[in-house]
Amino acid sequence: MSNIKYLLLRRATQIGLLVLYFGANAYGWHILEGTFGSSLLFGTIPLADPYTTLQVLATGFVLGTDVLLGALIITFFYFIVGGRAFCSWVCPINMVTDLANWLRRKLKLDKEEVNYRFLKRSARYWIMVLGLIVSAVVGIAAFEVLSPITIMQRGIVFGFGAGIAVIIAIFLFDLFGVKNGWCGHLCPLGASYSLIGKASLIRVKHDHEACTNCMECKVVCPENQVLHMINKESISVTDGECTNCGRCIDVCGDDALGFSIRSFGNK
Amino acid sequence: MANSDNNRRKFFATTLQSVGLTALGGLLWSGYSDEVKASPLVLRPPGAIKENDFLTACIKCGLCAEACQNRDTNVDKETGLQKEGTLKMAKGGDHRLIGTPYFIPTEVPCYMCEDIPCVPVCPSGALDQLSVSNEKEELDINAARMGLAVVHKESCIAYWGIQCDACYRACPLLGDAITIETQKNDRTGKHAFMLPIVHDDVCTGCGLCEKACVTEKPAIFVLPMDVSKGVAGDHYVKGWDKKDQLRAGDRDLEEIETKTKLSEKPASDYLNTEVEY
Repeated sequence: MSNIKYLLLRRATQIGLLVLYFGANAYGWHILEGTFGSSLLFGTIPLADPYTTLQVLATGFVLGTDVLLGALIITFFYFIVGGRAFCSWVCPINMVTDLANWLRRKLKLDKEEVNYRFLKRSARYWIMVLGLIVSAVVGIAAFEVLSPITIMQRGIVFGFGAGIAVIIAIFLFDLFGVKNGWCGHLCPLGASYSLIGKASLIRVKHDHEACTNCMECKVVCPENQVLHMINKESISVTDGECTNCGRCIDVCGDDALGFSIRSFGNK
Repeated sequence: MANSDNNRRKFFATTLQSVGLTALGGLLWSGYSDEVKASPLVLRPPGAIKENDFLTACIKCGLCAEACQNRDTNVDKETGLQKEGTLKMAKGGDHRLIGTPYFIPTEVPCYMCEDIPCVPVCPSGALDQLSVSNEKEELDINAARMGLAVVHKESCIAYWGIQCDACYRACPLLGDAITIETQKNDRTGKHAFMLPIVHDDVCTGCGLCEKACVTEKPAIFVLPMDVSKGVAGDHYVKGWDKKDQLRAGDRDLEEIETKTKLSEKPASDYLNTEVEY
């Protein structure tokens, strides 16, 4: 069981949140209402997605204070505590892309390393900036018209319609197209959380002494470039792209990886 | 030396490529975003700001739809179960901007709740509470302008001379938003037409009339305000209406004259003058 501890915790969190959102519409619960774009916690505390908020602001529309306050609360939370935890602990698309990635390994689709010339992991930051520019030009929150994240969430809460096609497309893209294609290369929302969570407190720490260099962690990690210290030195993972998913900790048989509070003294 | 030259060339090539692909992506993305905005025949919740601004402002959270669905009055009196709410959230394939709230009167019209649960919950300002409030800033659903009902008189059986006042009876502002105008029916010589007339200064666009209409496809239907209204333009001004005269540019309300003086010359003078061509 210990090798899927964080995986189970994450699934429980993701599904639990979706159940709360679903219940808000279906049964009138006042625990977590709305969608990730903007929510209401316990009927009083506003929450809002920072990147969504930025897109609307980029159009020049003066947003209501509830959304602005909500975006500040979320930004603060991930900035101080969670890092890019939204992606692996909250986002429902994570379940889709994780499934695709797992299938990729099972079907042995990854035997050859392919160098995607046009699709670098940095593409998401370009897309993030581009999303703001398009929002400003067209006058509409540009990523929100095609975001599979909220399409999936609204699908679960209000019904999917043809929106299910977007989810299937992401699945196929990650399975047969680019490995970690959506979450690791394209998603501008993930990019925004990477930037926000760069300095957060909760970090994965590597223990060089305990590591036996089996590289299991690098196999499961969806952003394995962040694990550059494996078998090199005992430091924390400090890259913003790490989603704090804890899969590396789960699969490590040597206790060489674990969550810790970031230490600022040494590097 | 040759190697660093190569590197530099490669660097410029990749940079150019990145910029080019970004521009390509931006064009496609802009084009798509602009297209999905174009759905002018959508009815929005009460208090929605102008459609174009609404599409910008709506953060697609669904709080309005959830409030509508879970309002206390939305319960089937016989079964005690929750009924389907008025507001839907646009899904893929609905051909409306995805994630935005709308309603279809023939499915579930807006029942014009007095406490307007959908509007105060809006966090973004897409639904403007002031626009559905009276002078005392109390919520007043009668101030809502979701759309305007229009009658297609060729398919309205009341215009045929058959007695029907379903829309008039269904109207929450009965006698104000829709009135019945009687007219003599020359075909029978002894009956009256009872014609429904919609008044755009009162109609909220709730759609109850459209839902109630008995014809196969409703002869009375709600369209968004901008679509169903004409605009006379500034070059047509009611000369007899002081307020309307103000539309014609800078005018002092005191000085506006609404009566035209009769000519002092006798009519015969005018008739007897020689016509010059």
